[in-house]
Amino acid sequence: MRIHADQEKCCGAGSCVLAAPDVFDQRDEDGIVVVLDAEPPAALHDAVREAAAICPAAAISVTD
Amino acid sequence: MHARGNGAASRSWKDSRMTTAQRPHEAHLAHPDAPAPADALTVPATRATGCPFDPAPTVERARREEPVTRATLWDGSSCWLVTRHEDVRTVLGDPRFSADAARPGFPFLTAGLRELATGTRASRTFIRQDDPEHARLRRMLTAEFMVKKVEAMRPEVQRLTDELLDAMTDGRNSADLVAEFALPLPSLVICLLLGVPYDDHAFFQQRSAVLLSLRSTAEEARAASDELLAYMTQLAEAKRERPDDGIFSRLVARGELDSQEIASMGRLLLIAGHETTANMTALSTLALLRNPGQQARLRSEPSLIKGAVEELLRYLTIVHNGVPRVAVEDVTLGGTTIRAGEGVLCALNAANRDEAVFPGGDTLDVGRDARRHIAFGFGVHQCLGQPLARVELQIALETLLRRLPELRLAVPFEEIPFRHDMGIYGVHALPVAW
Repeated sequence: MRIHADQEKCCGAGSCVLAAPDVFDQRDEDGIVVVLDAEPPAALHDAVREAAAICPAAAISVTD
Repeated sequence: MHARGNGAASRSWKDSRMTTAQRPHEAHLAHPDAPAPADALTVPATRATGCPFDPAPTVERARREEPVTRATLWDGSSCWLVTRHEDVRTVLGDPRFSADAARPGFPFLTAGLRELATGTRASRTFIRQDDPEHARLRRMLTAEFMVKKVEAMRPEVQRLTDELLDAMTDGRNSADLVAEFALPLPSLVICLLLGVPYDDHAFFQQRSAVLLSLRSTAEEARAASDELLAYMTQLAEAKRERPDDGIFSRLVARGELDSQEIASMGRLLLIAGHETTANMTALSTLALLRNPGQQARLRSEPSLIKGAVEELLRYLTIVHNGVPRVAVEDVTLGGTTIRAGEGVLCALNAANRDEAVFPGGDTLDVGRDARRHIAFGFGVHQCLGQPLARVELQIALETLLRRLPELRLAVPFEEIPFRHDMGIYGVHALPVAW
């Protein structure tokens, strides 16, 4: 799995951080998404897919 | 809801629901191409008697039978009502649907909202603007409500929660949970965050109530808004002279907003910061009292609280009258073409009961994975303060259940005054005993 987060699209709602806190964080200066682990281990894949599904700005894309 | 003067407050909401035919002077406001049939769905829709937690039957039926349908608004105009989860996500996530309330065709749920968006002294906020201007303004605030910052506030929220419950239970065994707990808690928190003196709470809570009431006239809403804007303008001056570490001071110090923009943003944060969480807290408590099995499960498994709050957000969806947008180009949605310039209301409450996403969605189930709910909206306008709302609700409900094991209603359920007359649903009062 490879994750891409579009920081231009991101609206800083933070739902990805709640869904997958080991993979996503928010920039201190403006709360915009930061990917902590762009190729996370399999155990986190479901959480990442959930984060992508609930992202209100469709800013997270996942390729397998 | 309008041209009604001082008598408005004494009339029931039911009395005010006149049909278009009873208001011939407003007939010219109706959509010229789509005259509403006699049995047309009206918005705000009326919930069924005895089912105060469920969306209106007309809206539920629309989702099952005609998920993109026409609806008639209070002023006789009409718009589209979108009720399925997938369709609501599409509308709210697609820039072809604008949040700009200044665009012709934008649907307004009250006379006050129309006045504030289109009147001669319209004061705009980013929730009624599109990108890129929306993103520029919103991004001035996103860091203030990001997850790690809000999570760090848990001890403070817990302290305020405990203090309020100490005061409420001191020497007594009954109280109005709204007045003594549900409303003060988020008001205290947002005041602390913004740098607004809590001593002014009666002033801003009363004006907020006028702005959110479906019964307020345009003039009443205008006056309440002007008073809040004047208050925030004065506060901005004070913060300029004596900055503190609140959000409002930081906004002022950025120097990127003019005084009107600062005041509008402050007003938005103050209202959004206390009304929504207050109503979710009280309504969630009532929902748990009415679902003893769910309450017992949550009491015996406190670790369920985070998921339970998501489920309560889904089940109760207090932004209950629809989120407005206007199409900027023709869009086909579920086989129906919405033309450029036509208004759309997204029924978040109906979408959150959509069986395609939430099987058995009419049942409250604190063990459900409800994370795909859209109680906070969807798209780039999705609630900015949602991490804060979650923390407040988790702490408030967990603490309430833990500290008051005998919590119960102090009046018959039928006597609870539900907020059918308000843009944010909930209860006006919740008499409880313990």
